[in-house]
Amino acid sequence: MSTVVEDLHTDVDANEHPIAPFLRMDRMPHIWCPTCGIGTVVKCFASALEQTRVDLDKVSIVSGIGCTGRVAGYMKLDAFHATHGRAIPFATGLKLGRPELLVTVFSGDGDLSGIGGNHLIHAARRNLDILCVLVNNFIYGMTGGQNAPTTPVGARSSTMPFGNFEHPFNLVHLAASCGAPYVARWTSLHIRRLTKTFAEALNRKGFRFIEVIAPCSTLYARLNKLGSGLDLMRFYHDNAEIRHGADTRDAAIDFQGRILCGKFVDVEKPTFTDLMHEHYEKTLGDRYVPMKPEGGWIHE
Amino acid sequence: MKYWRKPLDLDEVKIPRGDVYVVVERCKGCGFCVEYCPKDVLALSEEFNRKGYHPPKVVKHGECVNCNLCEMICPDFAIFSMPSNAPPDVVAKEKASHDAKEATIES
Amino acid sequence: MKADPQGVLTGVHYLDGDFACGEGAMAAGCRFVAGYPITPSTEVVERIARRFPMMGGTFIQMEDELASMAAVVGAAWTGTKTMTVTSGPGFSLMMENIGLGAMMETPCVVVNVQRGGPSTGLPTMVGQADMMQARWGSHGDYELIALCPRSPQEAFDFTVDAFNLAETYRVPVLVMMDECVGHMTEKVVIPPADEIDIVPRKLTSKPPGEFLPYETNGSPVPEFARAGDGYRFHTTGLTHDERGYPEMSAECQEKTVRRLIEKIRSKADEITRFVELDTEGADVVVVSYGITSRVARMGVELARKKGVKVGVMRLEIVWPFPETRIRELAKKVKAFVVPEINYGQIVLEVERCAGGQAAAVLVPHGGGGVHDPEDIANAILGAAK
Repeated sequence: MSTVVEDLHTDVDANEHPIAPFLRMDRMPHIWCPTCGIGTVVKCFASALEQTRVDLDKVSIVSGIGCTGRVAGYMKLDAFHATHGRAIPFATGLKLGRPELLVTVFSGDGDLSGIGGNHLIHAARRNLDILCVLVNNFIYGMTGGQNAPTTPVGARSSTMPFGNFEHPFNLVHLAASCGAPYVARWTSLHIRRLTKTFAEALNRKGFRFIEVIAPCSTLYARLNKLGSGLDLMRFYHDNAEIRHGADTRDAAIDFQGRILCGKFVDVEKPTFTDLMHEHYEKTLGDRYVPMKPEGGWIHE
Repeated sequence: MKYWRKPLDLDEVKIPRGDVYVVVERCKGCGFCVEYCPKDVLALSEEFNRKGYHPPKVVKHGECVNCNLCEMICPDFAIFSMPSNAPPDVVAKEKASHDAKEATIES
Repeated sequence: MKADPQGVLTGVHYLDGDFACGEGAMAAGCRFVAGYPITPSTEVVERIARRFPMMGGTFIQMEDELASMAAVVGAAWTGTKTMTVTSGPGFSLMMENIGLGAMMETPCVVVNVQRGGPSTGLPTMVGQADMMQARWGSHGDYELIALCPRSPQEAFDFTVDAFNLAETYRVPVLVMMDECVGHMTEKVVIPPADEIDIVPRKLTSKPPGEFLPYETNGSPVPEFARAGDGYRFHTTGLTHDERGYPEMSAECQEKTVRRLIEKIRSKADEITRFVELDTEGADVVVVSYGITSRVARMGVELARKKGVKVGVMRLEIVWPFPETRIRELAKKVKAFVVPEINYGQIVLEVERCAGGQAAAVLVPHGGGGVHDPEDIANAILGAAK
C-alpha cells in the first residue's frame, strides 16, 4: 500500500474553481500577464462578495480603460466597461438612477487618478455611495508602460526613459483629504486582510476608497529592472508596513520605498443621497417626492 | 511539531488536511503559490502545460492544511484546495515520515 | 403609453425656450439629469433642478461636461430616461461619451443650445455652427438623430419627440437649439398628460440566462435589460459581439458598425421630418432650420413680392438629413438657398444631395445675431436668375 497521499488533482476543469460562479468563465483565460497582481485582487473581491452574501443581482461593476479596466468584463455581475477615466461618473449615474444598486468601480491608477482625477476628488467630496477599488501598479500598463500620476520619482517608464522627475500622488491622502469616509490600502500580497477590508467596505456606505498595490511585471518591473511580479511580491513582503489609523500624509510611496498599509480612515458620514433626502425633506416637506430605490424607470 | 509546553487540548485539536487541485492549463508558472504556501507543500513541476509553463505539484504529501492561500493568491484562478479525501491514518504516516526526515536534517 | 402626470405642467404658459425644453423632458418621463452650467443652456437644468424633487427625479450638477455625459449614459442603464444640456464648448467635451452612448446603444438626450463659436466664442449670442459636429463630432462611424426646434413651443414638443426617438432607436438623440430660441419667451401650450404620447423603455421579455444584450432578431434594435434586474449583462465601448463581450476582429467590427449605421440610415426617410410650403412649381427653395427659418420667412416674402416663385423647406429633424426629398426637389428647382448662422454646414449636405442638378446657395452669418431678411431675399433673387 502506498503511503503517499493522493492529494494533488490535476484533471480539474476551470469551472470547478470556487471563484467560477463570480466570473464569466466563457471569457477565461484572462488577458493579464504571468505574475500580474490584478487576478489576485479579483479573487479577493469575489471572496468578499461571497462572505458578505450581498445580493449579486444588485451589484454593478464599472471599469475604465486599462489592464485593471478589464476586471468588469470578467465578473459575472452587471458590468460596464466605460470610457477612459469616466468609470466614476458612469457609476454615479447608475447609483443615482437606481439607488438600490450596490455600485463598485474597479479601475487602475492611471484611469482613476490621471484622466479620471477630477471625478475621483468630486466623488469623494460628495461622498457618493460608491465602492472604489483602485489597483495601483505605478504605471500605465495596457498602453505599454507610460508614466502615471503614481509613478515614483526615479522610476523609469516609456515616457520618462531617464527616470521620472514628477512628484506622484499619495492616493490615500488624496482620497482622505477630499472627504472619503473609508480609506484603506493593501498590497495584493495581503490577501486575507484585503478580503476582510473588501467585506467590511461592502457593508459600509459612502465613498469607500481602497487602494491595492499590485505588481506589474511586464512593464513596471521590467522597465525598472525589478525582476518579475514574484520579485515585487517579495518586495511587498519585506517593505509593507501595517499601520491602521496612520496619518495618510505619511503614506507616500517612494521608488522601492516603504509601503504603508492598513485602514486609514473609517468614519460615518452622511452620503450624497442621505444629504439630498434630508435637505429636501427639510426645505420642501410634503412636496418632496424622492426617487424610489428601484429607480427612475417609468413603466405602465 | 515541537511544543515548548504540551497544550492541554492537544489531543482534541484536529489539523485540517487538504487536497490541492490545479487547473493545469490555466497556470502561468508565476510561482506565487509555491512561494507563499505556509506549509511549503508546493514546488513547480518539471512538466509543461500547453503554454509552456511549469504548473505546481505537491512535494510534501499530507502537509496541506486547506488554508486556501494558494487559491486566494493565484492570479490566474488555476489552483484551489479542498478538504482532503485521504484517510487520516495514511496522512499521519506520510506526515510522520516528513517529520523524521526534517529531524535528521536538523540534527 | 401616456405621460406621467407628475412631470407634466399642463396649461398655457409664457416660457422661454430653455424652460420649455426642460418641461418637455419632464413631461417625456426624464427622471435623471446630470449637467454642467454653460450659457445659454443653464436655464434648462435650473428649471429641472427646481421641479425634479417634486416628481421623483434626481438632478446632479457634475464637475464637468465629461462627467455629465458619462453619468447620463450610466444612469440610462438603470432604465431611467436621462438627459444633459450644454452648448458649444461643452458639446465638444461630451463627444467621447456620446460615442460611448452610440456604441453601447444607450437611449439618452443631449440638448445643445448653440452659441457663437469657435472655442469660447460668444457665450450669450446665437450661432448655428455645431450642426456638422452634431453628426460627425465623435470619432468613428455612428449615426444619430438631431432635431431643430425654432420656437419655445417646438422646444417643448421636440424634446418629447427626442426622448421617444431615443427609446425607439436606442441611440443618443440631440436637440440642436440655438441661443435665440433658448432665450426667446413665447406662449407654450402644454397639454394634459393623457394627451402626450411617450415611448416607454422597452425591456426584454427573455429571462436571465437566455438574454443576450446585443442580439437582434430581425429588428435592428436590440432588447434592453436594466442593471439590477438579475441579467448580469456586460456592455462595453469596445467593439463587441451579441453577448456584449469585446471581440477584436474585422468581422465583428463590420457587423457591429454596419448595424449601428443601418439602424438609422435604413429608416432615414421615416425619421427625418420637415415642413414644406409652396414648393410645388417653385424656382427656388429656401432650406432652413431653427431660428433662421423664422427669419427666412420674411426674406421669402420680400422675394415673392418681387415675383419670384419661392418655396420653403423647414427642417425639423436635420439628422438623418432628408436626402430623398432634396434629391427630388433638385430635379425641379433652379436653386436651393440655405441661410444658416454659420459659414456653410447644412448647405454642404444640400449641395451633395442636389448632385449638381440645382445650385446650393449659402447665405452665411458669422453668429451673434440673426440674418437680415434682405440678405436672404437678395440671395433668392440672385438664385432665381
